[in-house]
Amino acid sequence: MKDDSVKHPQAAAEFLKDRAQAKWHDSAIWWVRQKRDAQAKQLPEWEELRRLAREIKAHTLSQLDDYLAQFEANAQKNGVTVHWAADADEHNRIVHDILAARQVKKLVKSKSMLTEECGLNPYLEQRGIEVVDTDLGERIVQLRHEAPSHIVMPAIHLKKEQISELFHKELGTEAGNNDPTYLTHAARANLREHFLTADAGLTGVNFAIAETGGVVVCTNEGNADLGTSLPPIHIASMGLEKIIPKLEHLGVFTRLLARSAIGSPVTTYTSHFHQARPGGEMHIVIVDNGRSDILGNEDFYQSLRCIRCGACMNTCPVYRRSSGFSYSYIIPGPIGSTLGPSRDMKKHGSMAFACSTCGSCSNVCPVKINLHEQLVLHRKKAFDQNLLPTGKKMGLLAMRFLTQHPALFDLGGKVMRKVVPIIPESLTRHSAWSRAGRDLPPMPAQSFKEQYQQRSQNKKDKQDKKDKEEQQ
Amino acid sequence: MKIGLFIPCFINELFPHVAMATLELLESLDCEVDYPLQQSCCGQPLANNGDSKGACDAAKRFTDVFHQYDYVVAPSGSCVSHVTHHYDWYIADNRDYQQLKPKVYEIIEFLQDVLKLEKLPKPVYFPHKVSIHQSCHGLRELHHASPSELMMPYHSRLESILKLVDGVEVALPERRDECCGFGGTFCVDEPELSTAMGEDRIAQHEATGAEFIVGADPSCLMHMGGIIRHQGKTIRPLHIVEILTGRGAAA
Ligand code: SF4
Repeated sequence: MKDDSVKHPQAAAEFLKDRAQAKWHDSAIWWVRQKRDAQAKQLPEWEELRRLAREIKAHTLSQLDDYLAQFEANAQKNGVTVHWAADADEHNRIVHDILAARQVKKLVKSKSMLTEECGLNPYLEQRGIEVVDTDLGERIVQLRHEAPSHIVMPAIHLKKEQISELFHKELGTEAGNNDPTYLTHAARANLREHFLTADAGLTGVNFAIAETGGVVVCTNEGNADLGTSLPPIHIASMGLEKIIPKLEHLGVFTRLLARSAIGSPVTTYTSHFHQARPGGEMHIVIVDNGRSDILGNEDFYQSLRCIRCGACMNTCPVYRRSSGFSYSYIIPGPIGSTLGPSRDMKKHGSMAFACSTCGSCSNVCPVKINLHEQLVLHRKKAFDQNLLPTGKKMGLLAMRFLTQHPALFDLGGKVMRKVVPIIPESLTRHSAWSRAGRDLPPMPAQSFKEQYQQRSQNKKDKQDKKDKEEQQ
Repeated sequence: MKIGLFIPCFINELFPHVAMATLELLESLDCEVDYPLQQSCCGQPLANNGDSKGACDAAKRFTDVFHQYDYVVAPSGSCVSHVTHHYDWYIADNRDYQQLKPKVYEIIEFLQDVLKLEKLPKPVYFPHKVSIHQSCHGLRELHHASPSELMMPYHSRLESILKLVDGVEVALPERRDECCGFGGTFCVDEPELSTAMGEDRIAQHEATGAEFIVGADPSCLMHMGGIIRHQGKTIRPLHIVEILTGRGAAA
């Protein structure tokens, strides 16, 4: 699915080869950003909400162990079984054990980037369990054997024509019928069969409330509700950072989430799950998988405030023009570019550099994560771990030296200004600056420093002359 | 009031006319300006690529060279933002730096906040339509304008200072503050992506019908200028100080 060998610059260049498709991708996502702006503008208290959200999350993270313990105790009081998973493997094993013990053949899933992170689908499929993703976008990428390219709009990289073709092949819809309503209905009908025949449902968790021991799942399609009310077993998988202290805090987040994510005031379904349905079972798996390492890191712990709204992707000019598949980590865009390298710098280092540091992500983030700064902090780690390409590292070391020796710095600049105009164009054309279609700036004859020194000299000469004349 | 003129390294080499316009503008407003010859790069490219040692040394040098001035002024929002917003990552405990930090200004900030400029030293007539390029660091770190992501009343430093110029017509591009794709060494790390961002940005500026793209950050203007020249377009990038000194029309 996701290939760790992806290097952002090459993958982005590849995506940009089809400029028309890339432009479409950019404007489709920008449209969502604009919808978000329109919604945010309608709330005079928008910035206040962001501040509150940030503070509630910051407070929770500062006492996470207490809140997790409280959550577990309250969930158990409700009759829910709580499991703890240290890593992806343990999570998958726990889920499999639950399913295997009850002879589950088919699992319907909804809303879970965490299971993508853990690689749950292939794990279960290898063990003979059929897994059906039920969010429409997730279902589409599942049928294409792809990973989601966006955390909220998993199939945003596809046009309706491509989906029509896929459905024709997989679901037997009419060839060439690109009508979104027709296609959605076809997917629904197909999914309904799966809902009715599934033995268990698995959902993600948007918010887990310590005070009540309940979990909250937000969807627009109602599929989480079907997936948990038709089959008798409900497993909820959550990252340990999903906790909020009290029910009264939830409103702050639900007001921000849908507006930031898709530019609508609320998600269609905000479902609370506190216990199993009569005669059923409910399990909650609380997953660490590297999160407590991040929590322990002063520079990066803030990234655990993330509520996975995807707004940072929608605003990111790099993401919009390179798509989710150009990032090596399962979560793309600004938040993925800080989470990925936090997990594994060697694998995901190029993500930290896939950023022009414009800072739009930090401004758009409903919980005010300093995303663009975190990326620069990751670059420090990459540099220190010697993960920069050799040429670049040499360049930086040279620059480090010249910065401390202004005379040599000036000489270097002068040489550049004299040499560039006389190099044949055929040589510069392939430079990293020019290759994609940029000319070099014209090289001035003199630097400012030279002009300034000359100007000072002229002034001094004039003054000397004047003084001399006055003396005579 | 003694001002230390900070001319970022690439402006010194490639855009001396922007530096000269800045100097002349300040002098014509009766400021005593000194250009310390021992200055070099502020260290932003080093910091942005993770070289903390290089960035730290550069920050110390900058502090040594400039700390005795009453004010430090530079024609580049990005470099100023690096000095005022990111040196703390490297030399937070340096007392000279902490005293220097609040005295470092981008030129337009300085004109508006310190000199309280109400009219230009000599009247300027610039009968052209210009599209404002709001560079990212000036925007989101120095708050030169209200960023489109934040819900706050609209303001724009560049727009308000252009009111002092006669004849100029100001336009804002669609996606008023999207990044042009320069991004320091990002422009050579990811040339295709960076150029694609630049092309889109230029198209948005062109769509306003403007003759000039006007900004306060020579790096973004250099990047867009490179694409504009390559494609033989007619719109021209122009640094705002060139307009304010009446040199703009010659560009
Ligand atoms: S980092 Fe912020 S903007 Fe990005 S997905 Fe998380 S909450 Fe949303």
